[in-house]
Amino acid sequence: MSAQSEKFKLSEWIFTTDHKRIGVLYLIGSIAAFGIAGIMALLIRIEQSSLGPTLADSAMDAGNQYNVWLYFHGAAMILGFLIPGLTGFAANYFLPLMIGAKDVAFPRINAFSVWLFYTGIIVALLTFIVPDAPDIMWTGYPPYSLVTSGNTAFYVFTVHLLGFSSILGAVNFLVTVIYMRAPGMGWNQLNMFVWSTVTAFVIQLVFVPVLAAAVTMLLFDKYMGTHFFDPSAGGDVLLYQNLFWFYSHPAVYVILLPALGILYEIVATFSKNRIFNYKAGVYGGMWGTVLISGEVWVHHLYVSGMPNWIRIGQMVSTLLISIPVGLMAISLFGTLYRGSITFSIPMKYAVACLFLFLVGGLTGIPLAITALDLHLSETSFVHAHFHYIMGIFATFSVFAGVYYWFPKMTGKMTDEKLGTIGFWLNFVGVNITFIPLFIIGIDGMPRRYWDYEMYPQFENWHFVAMLGAIMIGTGMALTIFNWIKSAINGEASSANPWRSASLEWTHTVNPPGPGNFLEDVKVSEEWTPYDYAKR
Amino acid sequence: MKVLLAALTGSGLILSSVIARAEEAAYADPVESWEQLWSTVLFDLWIMGIIFGALAVHWLIKYKAKSPDDVGDSPSLSRAQMWSWALIPAFIFMADDFYLAAKGWTVWNTYRNVPEGAMEVKVTGNMWYWEFEYEDGTTSSYDVDGKEGDGLVVPVGTPVVLRMTSNDVIHSFGLTKYRVKEDLMPGRITYIWFNPKEEAESWVTCVEFCGVLHSRMYAPVKAIPQPKFDEWLQKRAEEENA
Ligand code: HEM
Ligand SMILES: [Cu+2]
Ligand SMILES: [Cu+2]
Repeated sequence: MSAQSEKFKLSEWIFTTDHKRIGVLYLIGSIAAFGIAGIMALLIRIEQSSLGPTLADSAMDAGNQYNVWLYFHGAAMILGFLIPGLTGFAANYFLPLMIGAKDVAFPRINAFSVWLFYTGIIVALLTFIVPDAPDIMWTGYPPYSLVTSGNTAFYVFTVHLLGFSSILGAVNFLVTVIYMRAPGMGWNQLNMFVWSTVTAFVIQLVFVPVLAAAVTMLLFDKYMGTHFFDPSAGGDVLLYQNLFWFYSHPAVYVILLPALGILYEIVATFSKNRIFNYKAGVYGGMWGTVLISGEVWVHHLYVSGMPNWIRIGQMVSTLLISIPVGLMAISLFGTLYRGSITFSIPMKYAVACLFLFLVGGLTGIPLAITALDLHLSETSFVHAHFHYIMGIFATFSVFAGVYYWFPKMTGKMTDEKLGTIGFWLNFVGVNITFIPLFIIGIDGMPRRYWDYEMYPQFENWHFVAMLGAIMIGTGMALTIFNWIKSAINGEASSANPWRSASLEWTHTVNPPGPGNFLEDVKVSEEWTPYDYAKR
Repeated sequence: MKVLLAALTGSGLILSSVIARAEEAAYADPVESWEQLWSTVLFDLWIMGIIFGALAVHWLIKYKAKSPDDVGDSPSLSRAQMWSWALIPAFIFMADDFYLAAKGWTVWNTYRNVPEGAMEVKVTGNMWYWEFEYEDGTTSSYDVDGKEGDGLVVPVGTPVVLRMTSNDVIHSFGLTKYRVKEDLMPGRITYIWFNPKEEAESWVTCVEFCGVLHSRMYAPVKAIPQPKFDEWLQKRAEEENA
């Protein structure tokens, strides 16, 4: 069926410039990062599950290894899994197919960026080899990151490599969408996923350089004797936090938007419905998010001693995010209305995501209110909030996407039974893990603590959270096993198993060969990727 | 750039201040006002959560496919419907935002305006212990390993303002019982105040990551009756001078 060469040749994959193969390379790399970061999460949960050192003999050992695990967990999940999984894998493979393009605008740059990504992952993995592993959390705040004996340089280089890789991707995809749409395809006929990728890449392009600058200054301060962040020599410790969050708040939308984009595709396909109020979702929701994204970073510095006026001003702008996010929620939930809904595995994950999105989004509101945050900040309430909205929500949407497009990528179906068991383990597991963290967070359990001597009453909840994490671990292992097994010898799938109306399903074979389409794609003025009612 | 920022955040400020004016600060105690605001917000969240959640569940059941070949038939929106479905929800969300912002700002003012006559304590963060210095120069601290020392001792009934800084990295003074926290940084001085209304013993925990013993950087916070406090302070002073 596939037009690509039958026999597997490694060199073909290494030197490939085909966006689909590059997409698959991104998928493999990011799932590997996810796996290792996931193991770290399990270790973290086990360490916290009982008072005192659990996986070490002394407090010093426990603290040291916990901090390294937590550093790697956060950095790898965000920079190594979610951003490359969404904007590397999903955008690479499916964006050109959705707009009827034969490849991306700059295929070689695309190949370069995936190998930069792998180099970044390898540098991150050195964490486990070098004697003084970085221990500065994914945020890397100075002065701690400057005075620690841990190797801050590895953090800086990981950010540089992955950031550069993602800037190249951003330029590439923006040009692709602007110039390479199929003849006849207007801006209001784009898939929601395409729009979500475009908006995410606009954010990446504008903000990544700020992060790169911030971490470079760390490097200079630590290894070259500059004093950007050293108050005793005229520097300022808060400068870093401002620069860091000026990027890293928008970065959560780089994750949120494509994750929502995937969900729009799945919800529309499995409801056989048009997107409810498409234009409000795109222009109000996605572009509105881009517009506000750079105006709210101080909500991460509510307890950092910033001036009152800016803490209040950014409370208002942070609350206003509910407008674009609310518009996206309405058009996403509204797409169910008068649909004809079926519940295969991708849709199960998508429905779970609607729930995670609600919980995560709503718990952001108290955190946005500066006065309430004076208590909630830096507690496990925050930790649970960002896992619902960013960690788990976006992870589930990547998983939903892999299940949804699996027949497209492999020509095979996944095992429905195994997938369903994995789904329920994952979904029940995340709630068992993170609901306790909301509860003890409100009671004051601090974040980034391997121990909590002063609050022994939280031990039981930590134990429950560990059980949840074990459930997730089992569910994730089953899920990944299912993919590997089905890719090797799954049942053959029909051409368009979900009966989607989007180009990647209607106009290409499974998997698409070089050049993607058997003949050039043209679309009419009435065509949309969500043309169900008319057929 | 700064002007732009100020304009953007400022316009929000003015709008919310108009609303805040309407309901003068009725709160005095930060903890009480925190709790009140929290329940208002929680109520708000439950309403929104239930609306979205119930609709989704209802639709997922009602519109389950009758046969696998069915397609959905949601009507395409007219221009007017499209705008209404964008502007009306946007307006509702915005109104709710400003309502919450105004309430939040009132509580914020309670937090930031230190009452007259507050007792001042200087707090210094170190890797990994807290130092407290009273107005007369007497100090106190707490040794986590030996579980020795009194930590922060304050008299019941007097508001306490903490002036805080750090000797090394960033720490954060997390005072769960009094619903307040703020970072301590080298090169800057920050402040918070709290209101020990009754006799109580609680903890301050460090809540900004500061290295290997970050989770062991805590100390007791004891609110005791004024006479006992005076005694304690005098005893500490004598110990120190000895
Ligand atoms: C799959 C199950 C997961 C479990 C059980 C888990 C567990 C944890 C735990 C225990 C912490 C430490 C919190 C603390 O001590 O303060 C943590 C932190 C974190 N996690 Fe996860 N996590 C999971 C998935 C994810 C995912 C998918 C992401 C992707 C974004 C993620 C991102 C983060 C981040 C950014 C932090 C903060 C790291 C830091 O504070 O430096 N986690 N997680
Ligand atoms: Cu943010
Ligand atoms: Cu600390």
